[in-house]
Amino acid sequence: MTQRNETPAAAGFYERTGKYRWLIVEWMMSTDHKRIGVMYLMALLSFFSVGVVLGFIIRLSLLSPGWLMGQQTYNEFFTLHGVIQIFLFIIPGIPVAFGNIFLPILIGAQDVAFPKINRLSWWLYVTGATLVLLSVFIKGRPPDTGWTFYAPYSVQTPANVSIAVMGVFVLGFSSILTGLNFVTTIHRMRAPGMGWFRMPAFPWTLYATGWVQMLATPVLAITLLFIFLGRFFGVGFFDPTKGGDPILYEHLFWMYSHPAVYIMVLPAMGIISEIIPVFSRRALFGYAAICMSALGIAVVGYAVWGHHMFTSGMSDTARVIFSFVSFLVAVPSGVKIFNWVSTLYKGSIEVDAPLLFALSFIFLFSIGGLTGLIIGSLAPNLHLHGTYFIVGHFHYVMFGGAGFSIIAGLHYWFPKITGRMYSEKFAKIGWLNLFVGFNILYFSMFVLGFQGMPRRYFDYPPQYHTNHVLSTMGSWFLAIGLIIIFANLIRSIFKGKKAPANPWGGKTLEWTIPSPPSHENFEKIPVITRGPYPYEEEAR
Amino acid sequence: MSTETGQIDKMGKKMGMWFFLFTEILFFGGMFLLYSIYRYKYSQDFHSGAAEENIILGTINTVILLTSSFTIALSIAAVKKGRNISSSLLQLATILMGVAFLVIKYFEWTAKINLGIYPDSPILLEHAKGEILFFGLYYVMTGLHGLHVLVGVVVISFMLYFTRRETINRENYARLENTGLYWHFVDIVWIYLYPLFYLIT
Amino acid sequence: MKEKYVEDHAVATGTYTAVWLALLLLLAGTIAVAKLRLLAQFSVLGSLLIASAKAGLVLAFFMNLKYEGRFLKVMLTVAIAALTLLIGLTFVDVWLR
Repeated sequence: MTQRNETPAAAGFYERTGKYRWLIVEWMMSTDHKRIGVMYLMALLSFFSVGVVLGFIIRLSLLSPGWLMGQQTYNEFFTLHGVIQIFLFIIPGIPVAFGNIFLPILIGAQDVAFPKINRLSWWLYVTGATLVLLSVFIKGRPPDTGWTFYAPYSVQTPANVSIAVMGVFVLGFSSILTGLNFVTTIHRMRAPGMGWFRMPAFPWTLYATGWVQMLATPVLAITLLFIFLGRFFGVGFFDPTKGGDPILYEHLFWMYSHPAVYIMVLPAMGIISEIIPVFSRRALFGYAAICMSALGIAVVGYAVWGHHMFTSGMSDTARVIFSFVSFLVAVPSGVKIFNWVSTLYKGSIEVDAPLLFALSFIFLFSIGGLTGLIIGSLAPNLHLHGTYFIVGHFHYVMFGGAGFSIIAGLHYWFPKITGRMYSEKFAKIGWLNLFVGFNILYFSMFVLGFQGMPRRYFDYPPQYHTNHVLSTMGSWFLAIGLIIIFANLIRSIFKGKKAPANPWGGKTLEWTIPSPPSHENFEKIPVITRGPYPYEEEAR
Repeated sequence: MSTETGQIDKMGKKMGMWFFLFTEILFFGGMFLLYSIYRYKYSQDFHSGAAEENIILGTINTVILLTSSFTIALSIAAVKKGRNISSSLLQLATILMGVAFLVIKYFEWTAKINLGIYPDSPILLEHAKGEILFFGLYYVMTGLHGLHVLVGVVVISFMLYFTRRETINRENYARLENTGLYWHFVDIVWIYLYPLFYLIT
Repeated sequence: MKEKYVEDHAVATGTYTAVWLALLLLLAGTIAVAKLRLLAQFSVLGSLLIASAKAGLVLAFFMNLKYEGRFLKVMLTVAIAALTLLIGLTFVDVWLR
């Protein structure tokens, strides 16, 4: 296939193959990793928008205690908000969108190891998401258990928990297959000459994430199955009247759900590691340490789950151990932060949108991480568990971290995926609204939590009123920011200037092929003769 | 998946199957975790629960699965030597043994159900707490294991078909080999289930 | 540098038969240990160790792990270690409450 730089944008792999009559069938049947990635991206961003609207309404309802919705409805709202943002958006998130589109290209391959399994992952994702959303629309109430589905309540509540849990089960299977696919791809399909330490940082994080997906997600699968079996067959593994222990549910649930946050954030860190060298024209500082720290986070993160359970009734010894290991996992994260900042130091900085969002990541994730240390300490946790402090913490790391990284990646790779450039001006205006709104919205939650405001409560006593109003107003700015950012990107798909193959001067393999790439990625598989960030070789 | 030259990457496919088995280790592992915690908490009840199991049927099932692993391993060796007919017969034997395992399991389960011992039954709920958990775990773990046996039987049947048509042959046997890996894993899970449910009296 | 493709090691039928017989022998052993309480209060541990020996034989010979490259062996160890960690840390809670 010939280079298509000169033809109208959005040819390349978007070109019709002619195999099927209907466009949608052609895409849904595709095994091309780029098409699968684009479809995932569309789905993810749609579900993210739904989740944002739910969050927006939740904040609205907290302007004044109980004015907009009652207790039951509120419980359903935050459950759905959590389930959608976590299981339909951020866990599949970067791996299925940017991982799918770019992993093979970044390692010089033509596709992933198992393209048909990749397509199966996509179909499973659609199925699982549908089942989850059906729980809202079929007869009966939507789930009201929180996204954590704690037993025994999740086994007893008459709400539509079974179908939601089935949906998450299917989504988990999709995630496992994606991880399996990516790990095999990285092992078997790197281009000639690309040793492990010539592979860019983003694939390294996808590798670490893939192992977490494979080794942690099955534990969630069996746990969800236990809820299902409890609801349908009365199997009472967590029911005290049948000898069960509810704390065991928490153990099993968090054995997955803590590593899950590393599934969310490791690839996000990988994107930051790609963007920073490009926009500071410097090699990634401590590249090997960045790669190994990804593995370190994955391994250590496997042993900290108990810090979600400090007030549950666990033994003191267990609590001390979990607290200690939780401190340990901050070390590899810190390594990355230091190395990114060192990369920027004395660099030739271009503050384009991708870098702006990447810098925001560093700032916001650091706040989230530092507050994580506070609640990882056993004694403060006893006061802060179940309060808004936690809500603030995880929004800083998940949204400020992974979320901002996704937006950074969207801007960074927008030219490559769409063949067009977005408007820098509106990207920056959107960023300002988003960043300011984000901090008002979520920083006030640290104050609320410290003052004792519990989470998942639909009303509150008067002393919390001011900070709740402040927080809600922050959400309005945030929403405006998101709207500007996405309107800019959507508009630019149709009206943006045509993008060259390498608008940023990047050095990784995706910038050596047309924007958008052709169906088979490379006309000839490249032979790799250097590391991924050879910026020092440029004349200064 | 293929490399530039169009060659199938056998190692990659094998790796993929091993990775899948790792996920299965963690999947069953969650159940073994519950078993081990509850056994620690209710060791006496678990002993009495296990006493009600039919050790003869359990042992026969163990012999069946161990032998079926033997036959499928032989079937792969046969295909590598180009002996498709031997391989087909050995695969058939494996399938029949898998079915026999499921039949025996069926009889074990119905026997218990007829005694009124099944999850949430009034009779079971009158037992000691540890026994309620024991039988819950029994049904869930042997049930999920049985489901895996059933899936294995179906997949091996497909492999048998391919072997008869010679699309599985001495050059091209990765599918059969990976099916074998899956089957051996199912065998190993039973190797652990057997003492935990039948022998700990 | 990819994992070397290890040429399929042809295992003799005799080896498979020997393994199968060993498995049956170990099965008899595990019944003896349990029923005859050969190891007294360690009979459960004994049964599990014998089960692990059986599993090891299946892994090494039927699943060909003995002849595979180092990577698979390492990752299998990692998977088992992960499960051990999960069960172990949970026990630290339950055992010491």
